[in-house]
Amino acid sequence: MASDVSAKRTFAETGPSSPVVESVRVDQVTPRAKTGMTVRLLLAILVAFIMLIPVTWMAMTAFKSRPDATASPPKVFFAPSLDGFIGLFTNRTQLSAGALATEQERTDLNFWEKQALARGMRILGPSKFVNQLQNSSIIALTSTFLAVTLGLLAAYAFSRYDIPGKGDWLFFILSTRMLPPVVVTIPIFLMYRVLGLYDTHIGMILLYTVFNLSFSVWLLKGFIDEIPIEYEEAALVDGYSRLQAFRKIVLPQCVTGIAATAVFCLIFAWNEYAFALMLTSEKARTAPPAIPSNLGVGGIEWHVIAAGSLLFLIPVVIVTFALRKHLLRGVTFGAIRQ
Amino acid sequence: MSQIALSNITKRFRAITALNDVAFEVKDAEFFVLLGPTGAGKTTTLRVIAGLIKQDVGHVTFDGQIIDALPPADRDVAFVFQQYSLYPTMTVYENLAFPLRAPLRKLPEPEIRKRVTETAEVLRISHLLERKTAKLSGGEMQRVSIGRAIVRSPRAYLMDEPLSNLDAKLRETLRVELAHLQRTQGSTTIFVTHDQIEALTMADRIGVLNHGSLVQVGTPEDIYDRPATTFVAQLVGSPKINLLNATTENGTLRLDGSDVHLPSREVCNDPKNLPANLVLGIRPEDVRPDPDGLFGGEIALTEPLGVETLLYIRIGRQTLVSTVPGISPLRRGDMVKFGIVRERLHFFDQTSGARFSA
Amino acid sequence: MAEIELRQVEKKFGEAWAVRPMDLTIQSGEFVALLGPSGCGKTTTLRMISGLEAVTGGRIYIDGKDVTWLTASQRDIAFVFQFFALYPQMTVRQNIAFPLESQGMKRAEMDHRIDEVVKMLEIGHLLKRKPAALSGGDKQRVALARSLVRKPACFLMDEPLGALDAEFREAMRAEIKRLHLAQHATSVYVTHDQVEAMAMGDRIVVMSNAVVQQVGMPSQVYHNPANLFVANFIGSPGMNLVAGKYADGVVHLDGGSAYPVPDGWKPVLSTALRSDDVIVGFRPEAAQVGEAGALSGVVYTSDLHGAYTMLHASLEGEAGRNVEDKIVHIRAPREVAHTMGARICFDLAPDMVRFFDPKTEAALAREVRS
Repeated sequence: MASDVSAKRTFAETGPSSPVVESVRVDQVTPRAKTGMTVRLLLAILVAFIMLIPVTWMAMTAFKSRPDATASPPKVFFAPSLDGFIGLFTNRTQLSAGALATEQERTDLNFWEKQALARGMRILGPSKFVNQLQNSSIIALTSTFLAVTLGLLAAYAFSRYDIPGKGDWLFFILSTRMLPPVVVTIPIFLMYRVLGLYDTHIGMILLYTVFNLSFSVWLLKGFIDEIPIEYEEAALVDGYSRLQAFRKIVLPQCVTGIAATAVFCLIFAWNEYAFALMLTSEKARTAPPAIPSNLGVGGIEWHVIAAGSLLFLIPVVIVTFALRKHLLRGVTFGAIRQ
Repeated sequence: MSQIALSNITKRFRAITALNDVAFEVKDAEFFVLLGPTGAGKTTTLRVIAGLIKQDVGHVTFDGQIIDALPPADRDVAFVFQQYSLYPTMTVYENLAFPLRAPLRKLPEPEIRKRVTETAEVLRISHLLERKTAKLSGGEMQRVSIGRAIVRSPRAYLMDEPLSNLDAKLRETLRVELAHLQRTQGSTTIFVTHDQIEALTMADRIGVLNHGSLVQVGTPEDIYDRPATTFVAQLVGSPKINLLNATTENGTLRLDGSDVHLPSREVCNDPKNLPANLVLGIRPEDVRPDPDGLFGGEIALTEPLGVETLLYIRIGRQTLVSTVPGISPLRRGDMVKFGIVRERLHFFDQTSGARFSA
Repeated sequence: MAEIELRQVEKKFGEAWAVRPMDLTIQSGEFVALLGPSGCGKTTTLRMISGLEAVTGGRIYIDGKDVTWLTASQRDIAFVFQFFALYPQMTVRQNIAFPLESQGMKRAEMDHRIDEVVKMLEIGHLLKRKPAALSGGDKQRVALARSLVRKPACFLMDEPLGALDAEFREAMRAEIKRLHLAQHATSVYVTHDQVEAMAMGDRIVVMSNAVVQQVGMPSQVYHNPANLFVANFIGSPGMNLVAGKYADGVVHLDGGSAYPVPDGWKPVLSTALRSDDVIVGFRPEAAQVGEAGALSGVVYTSDLHGAYTMLHASLEGEAGRNVEDKIVHIRAPREVAHTMGARICFDLAPDMVRFFDPKTEAALAREVRS
């Protein structure tokens, strides 16, 4: 306590050690404030580190060989190998001793086949993973596009027009998110079977769009509410129709909101597991249910699963990172009122 | 240009009556100011004229034709907002060109360019054409907003407190410019404000609105010299008019809360017809220090404004404000005697606030 | 009640100056107005005095104590904001009590102080309401009450009347001044409205572009502006400033008119001017319109200001388009209404004329009784 008081007294005389160059209050540059900031920074780094451990572990596992992946105690240092990726992208078969010998004499093997041979396997052909990735992409992107487009139009209507029962409608839309999805899995499954939507792209796109729509409408309405109505009224008086005013004025100012909403919808659709598992099998299967079901000789292929998860993670990370500024605004939006 | 008329306009928002039987006429090329406090219904009136709101009762006519059914785009009026008039993602040139690019106008690009450059010259913003609107000062932004209205050459301009958000000095400059612009271009303009100096200096005629009703319509001189109610009297004039409660007693007028008695004959022509209680109105410039004056009081506060000095004089429980030119030698605490200019006394009924002559 | 002293106080953001080094002493009990257009540095100066903005140079003393590096809460000041800053979830009474609660005062003492302040501002009938239910003027009264309740040494006010309708500003202005006088408080008041500064200030500090232009009493700043900026900024409208060339006791104004210089000024102009360029300054009320006059012009617009008429005339001989350069404002009695385009003649009251050097923008000095 005493040293704290004397430190402040000296501070009152001399001021901060490094000169002030920006807009800041005096209580933000006191020694106590500085130590506070340092402590907070260290804490943040610690928490971030802890949060990243599972992801880092998964990335390491993707590059381990099968024995390393399942070693006990777990191996932190290991020789990297591409076994996981090979297992992900190809169908292989274990060779018998004789076939193995014949195989080893071949000279036309490419890099991958040589790798497989080192494990005593022969590549039969590509696996369905690429196809599953394609399905994921198509379904996620299309459903995001639809959810954002329809959501934007609905949000504009809710924001600008005086609809009877508007509050009730908005609550109803929000309430669909209060429902645990697992409650409706069986009814939807039956419904899809009857309608012939089982294992179709359309079916999954429809489902994800509907799920995302409630979130999209609410988030976008918040953004549109923030755009002063005078802009459109000026355009109306100047001779533009409502739609033209919407296109030329509201839309450009909504870009941040649209980006934030799109990212959230994309993440949901991309990662969705339960319904994808239940409502798809061969043709429309997406990556999330497919990746964990990698079974091979001797049980679950953890390194393959890790490789698949890692690859699956990357597109979303890139998109989120690219749009991170818009996201920050989207998350804090509406919470801060002027 | 255009003549605009409103008749019996009433507008309700749920339980609140925003406009109550509002009717007035704006002549061709007239600068008409709607003056009133916040919430009086001035902006609502303007929006009804523009077609952004639909009235519940009554008609809006342009040049004799009822245009209630026309959407805003077809009414050929330009609206200048208090703020948020400029599109932040566009340059000044594009903002000025925007109204001309409306699909219903179908103007060719060279024509648009000509009109925009002409307007920019009139408003002296030619050097700002390529700048993004976010980089403009407050005064420059309002000039561009006004430019957006002018570039269309509409039949009428509707302006909603366009100067309210500007610094005092800027407002002074733009007031003079706007008034001059309107007079040289001869455009019919309806201008809404709560600032009485804007109304007095710019208007050909003023309409005073209070709580949705039109209280008085007249020239600035009418409104200033013959206010119809105490509300109007207090609204215009800076400093505010002095309103003193008085009671008639035995041929004298006694100022409530004081010992001051004025012989009724001194203040009006027909003392017999004065009501028992009334409100006297006298403007600060008509209260003059005078050693032989009728009033006497103590100076509570002095405000030197340079060109004139305001003296706050306490008489009993009431306070009178007097304006004297230049610098005054009087100080707080001095006792002083005053005279009033009898011809410039206003009489108002104490209950209704309505003016009567005496 | 305390003296505030600023010694070479400055604020820089990187390389950009927000407030250039300034010295200022505010006497105990004085009401000083910091006046200037948006962005001139007046609010930044106020915030540095309060501790809400750290200085980048210089020292600040309150009541003789060096407070430069004390936090805002350690400085014994009260700050009144333009947008009231009332706590929306508390009642009026709770808002007013709030500053006292953090000091650990006894209940009885707290109640006594609150009642005192409530009576002073006449807000007794509002005590149970929440801020959202109050008008702008009432909100500002509550904000003032909250600042008064701590009996601080200084009151710092940042454009407190800016958010109010024009008609309420007059009354609130007088109220704030009355409070100041009753409290004998040292007050620093920031505004962009020169009428407020003139009406309320014991002294005015005129600022522009991070620099102090002039410090003086209202009458000094009005009648003897130090430079062109102050001459134009003070007064509504500001001083008319017309450029011309001086030769042999006459200024030949741009546009043709010849103005004979008053005798007392002739020696000053002959010696103090570097070249023959000079700017003549006169306030609207200094011009006397008449049948014949040394100067003439054409009416651009004329408008009613209530008690008088303001003529805006062009000295050019034709109503020009460039307002700032060529238009002069003349205050005339109401009877003198002139139509657009009419020719008028006027004289300038000799003791109200001022001269400026166009290069330095400074006023030429002369012994003038103000």
